[in-house]
Formats: sequence, C-alpha cells, structure tokens
Amino acid sequence: MATSTPTRGTHGSRPGRRDPKAMSPGRQAWRSRLWRFDDKASPYAYIAPFFLIFGAFGLYPLIYTGWIALHRVEMVSLDQMDWVGWENFSKILQDDEFWTAVANTFVIGVISTVPQLLMALGLAHLLNYKLRASTFWRTVILTPYATSVASAALVFALVFRADGGLLNWALDFVGLGDTNWAQGHWSSKIAIAVIVIWRWTGYNTLIYLAAMQAVPSDLYEAASLDGASRWQQFRNVTIPALRPTILFTIVISTIGSMQLFGEPLLLEGGTIGAQGGSEHQYETLSVYLYNYGWKLGHLGPAAAVAWAMLALLLLIAAINWLVGRSVRKTAA
Amino acid sequence: MTTTSPLTVPDRRGVSKAAAPGTPPRRSRFKQGAGRQHHGGPFAYFALAVVGIGSLFPLYWTLVAASRTQDEVLDSPPPFIPGGNLFSNLQTAWEQAQLGKAIWNTFLVSASITAATLFFCTLAGYAFAKMRFRGRGALMTMVIATLTVPPQLSVVPLYMMMSDIGWNGQLESVIFPTLVSAFGVFFMRQYLLEALPYELIEAGRVDGANNLRIVWSIVLPVARPAMMVLGMLTFVQTWNDFFWPYLALGAENPTLQVALGQLSASYVPDQSIVMAGALISTLPLLVVFVIFGKRIVGGIMSGAVKG
Repeated sequence: MATSTPTRGTHGSRPGRRDPKAMSPGRQAWRSRLWRFDDKASPYAYIAPFFLIFGAFGLYPLIYTGWIALHRVEMVSLDQMDWVGWENFSKILQDDEFWTAVANTFVIGVISTVPQLLMALGLAHLLNYKLRASTFWRTVILTPYATSVASAALVFALVFRADGGLLNWALDFVGLGDTNWAQGHWSSKIAIAVIVIWRWTGYNTLIYLAAMQAVPSDLYEAASLDGASRWQQFRNVTIPALRPTILFTIVISTIGSMQLFGEPLLLEGGTIGAQGGSEHQYETLSVYLYNYGWKLGHLGPAAAVAWAMLALLLLIAAINWLVGRSVRKTAA
Repeated sequence: MTTTSPLTVPDRRGVSKAAAPGTPPRRSRFKQGAGRQHHGGPFAYFALAVVGIGSLFPLYWTLVAASRTQDEVLDSPPPFIPGGNLFSNLQTAWEQAQLGKAIWNTFLVSASITAATLFFCTLAGYAFAKMRFRGRGALMTMVIATLTVPPQLSVVPLYMMMSDIGWNGQLESVIFPTLVSAFGVFFMRQYLLEALPYELIEAGRVDGANNLRIVWSIVLPVARPAMMVLGMLTFVQTWNDFFWPYLALGAENPTLQVALGQLSASYVPDQSIVMAGALISTLPLLVVFVIFGKRIVGGIMSGAVKG
C-alpha cells in the first residue's frame, strides 16, 4: 500500500482561512510546534486504548497466571499466596483426569472441525450457484450463529436425552435402537461435536463463499476451455484458490475447540457437567480448569492448567506452521 | 472462534470508486462471482433445504418444548407442535431465574461493550490504516497476535484482580476486559485502508482541521458502514458470551446466559421451564437477525478473505 501521509502545507504551518502572514512570528512558531505535536502524538493516542486495555486485562493476567501457577491460592482466601514451586504442575501432570481432558479436547476438536469445514466447503459451493432467494438461504444457514452456547447446549441436551430423547426416538423409529449418548465415550463426544458443528458451519460457509466469489472467473473460463468438468474445476481451481482461507479457518477452529466450555458443562448439567460426565468422558480442558479452580476452589492448579493450555496452543501453532509450509512447498 | 477472517479488505459498495489514484483498483479487472454463471439444479435446492431445516429445527423445537409441560417434553414420542403452556412457562422462568434483571444486565453489558469497541477500534483502525508513525508494523502484528490468545489463559488472575478491585459479581468485571477487540481494530483498519482516500484527509488538513477534527468530520462518516457491521457482530458476540461471565458473575447478578446456565444447573430442573428461559435469551437476537440478517451476512462476508 502506498503510505505517504500527506504533509501539511509548508513548514508545518497551516494555510487556513486565517492568513498565516497576519500572525506574529512567535505565535506562528508556537502554532507549528503544536501542529507537529498533534501529528506525532495523535496516532499513539488513538491506538493507546487498545494496548492499555489489552495490557491490563489480557497480557498482564496471562503472565501473572504463570506466577500464580507456582503458588497455593485458594478460592476462600484469595489474598493469600504461598510459594509451592512446581508442585501444581506435577500435580496436574500426574492427574489422569488431566490427560483425559487433553485427549478429549483433541478428539472433540478433530471430530467437530473436520466435518464442519468439509460441510461448509460443500455448502459454500452450492451457495455460489445462481440461486433463487440466495440471501434467504445464507441467512437461514447463519441463524445458529445467533444462538448462544447455553441455549444451543440445552436444546441439544434434550435432543440427545437417553430415554425418549428426540434423536433416540427417531433412531428407534428407523430401527437403529437406543444410544445412551451422554454416557458413551464416543457418543458423548459426538453429541458435543454436533452442537459445535450446528453453531459454526454457517459462519464458515459464508467465509468460504466470500473467498469463492473472489476467485477470478478467467480461471474457470480457461479451465472449461480445457475441458475440465465442474468437479475438476472445483478440485483444481476453487480449492487451490481457497487454500489460505481454509488454513485460516482451521487455525480459528482449532483455537475455538481449545475453548469448548458451555457445551460439555451443560450437556448433562449440574455436578456431572462440571466434571465433564460421570467418567469424565467428555471433559475438556476448559471444564477441567473450571472444575479445579471454581468448583474445588484450588486456583494454583487451575493456573497451571491454563499454562498447559498455552503450551498446547504453541505446539499446535508450530504443527500448523510446519504443515502450512510443506503444503506451500508441494504447491510450488 | 468468534472472529471473522483477517485476510481481506471489506469489499463494499463505493470502495473502488473512492480509491485514490495511487492505489490500483484491486480486483476490477476480474469479473467477480465466478461459478455464478451456473444455475443451481434441484439437488442444490434439496441439499440447502435439508441443511436449512437442520439449522432451524432446534430453534423451533425450543419453542415447542417451551410451550409444553415437562411431562409432555420428556414423553416418547416427543411433541412436534407447540402446546398451550407458553406464557405460564415464560412467567415461571422469568421469576425463577430473575430473567428481567438478567435481560437488563445483558443489555447494559452488550451495549456498553459495543459502544466502546466501535469508538476505540475505529480510532485505532484509522491510525493503523492511514497515519504514519514509528513502530506501526510491529504494533499491528501484536494486535493480530492477540487474536490467538483464548480467554481461558488469563481467567484465574483476572478473577483475583476483580476481587481486589471489588468488582466480583459486578457487571464491570465483565465489561472492562472486553472494551476493545483485536478483531475490531483489524476489521476497521482493513476497511479504512481502501475506503478512505488520502485526498480527503489532505483536503481536511488544507482546511486547517486538526487530527481530532479530521477523525470526527472525515473518518467517522466514511467508516460508518463498517461500524454498523462491527457493531452488530460485537453485540451478538457479547450477548452470547458465556465462559468469563459464568465465572465472574454470581446467581444474584447474572447475564442471560449465566442465568440460563444456572437455571439448568438447579437441583432437578424443569425442562420446559429451562427451554422457556432459552427462548427468552435467544429471541431478542433472532429478532435482530430477522431485521438485519442481510447486513450481518454481508458483514461476515466482507470481513472475509482474499486469496
């Protein structure tokens, strides 16, 4: 981008309605210094609120979390911090429940992200056709985005209910029998993935659709001149053009699945929900953190969980980066 | 995953017209909307109808369950058409979970966060898009990097800080941490990069306007369409926010989502009442969605992606 900021008149003084020559030289110098200060300071003043607020409520707590993780802090006496060193970390790393939560978060992340993005890709392709009432379809598909996690989780909790739930009734109707959705190790994760998929597919669809509409039609014309079928065009023109967008949605969905909280908490609700199921079968890292810190009241280990999440995120980012690089290399 | 893609520039009406001669018109040499030359066949409509029904059915069923008794909701086969208990259920939910207070709280939180986000993000977005200052590139990279930090990482000290200040259980504890958003800064920057020509700023300077004056009389009017979109996205997002409000606010002073979570966590919840609560918490946004759906769709798409 061309970023030459326009310069002001001559010598920083401003040719305004008032004739500058009418001003005394001293006054003119003072004014020009004022203008220069205005120009120098304004950009910093405009971006300052963001950095101040992020610093106070984002960065500082993030670092402070690491400090708390080395202490014993209890919910009942927040002022008291006792140094315990690495104890909190060794406590959670030796806790089977922690590793269950790591595995659950990972599994739910994969089974919610992959089908979601594939469906979004297909839907975006359909919406990219010339359609009657295209805005209507887009709005309908986006509606779940306007629904809160809490509402969605509670409705789906009823849909997935073990005896007489909507889904089981339908499955029974076609002769597939009952599943105790919240109890099973796979079925409960699938149930949570369904909630996530329901809420976010439409949103990702629109992002893909926007990217598809930005693909220059020359490419399609050239492809069809070469005799490419519609599927080949989708495969060889659309998908490569969308690669950065797809990578981006993968990153965002990965970060999002690290944060899954409302869905597991409310699937069964109450104490069971706070433990992520009777056998922690759908407990995610966020639920584990919440349970340790807010239900059991031990904030030290909860802070250690937060830093473990940070480590996992960095790990995923590194993998993403490596994969992205190798994808780019093979493409080149 | 509540952010829109930070890869492109909003592509809104009038943008290319207004673009400065120095900046080449971005995509005008391409016909847009490739693939649109094909008409959708019956299969496309069928598939969209299936997905559409899947998208709307859970919301419809919320209404069904909210208008029945608990026994009917838990019956097999479950009911598929609304019953006659809607208003009594809404009333019970309203009283049991203090939903009146929760709605007011949610509105206060969403409105103040939206207003602050619009103000701060437009200012910062303008500075990053059109002003030259030392460290601009590095600072912008930092803004984008903060997009990837989930709130989970800082809730423990945040909770302790709030209790220090005496904001625990107060709306301030939910409002202040989210007064700005990195996504908002990025969104406004991308929009203003293309929508605000340097000539306009220059003209303002020649007329003797100082920087604040330029923001007020030139930047804000140009930024208005993007601010509308950012405002709606922010409002929806804050209205639905669950994790931090659930930790920070108690049962006495909840937002809607917190109240809903607590309603369902109560001893043995009455499911039809819980669904009535879910209906109350979703309905305002659905109304917004019916009215502004087209704009929200356009906003998400304009905030998205270029290759």
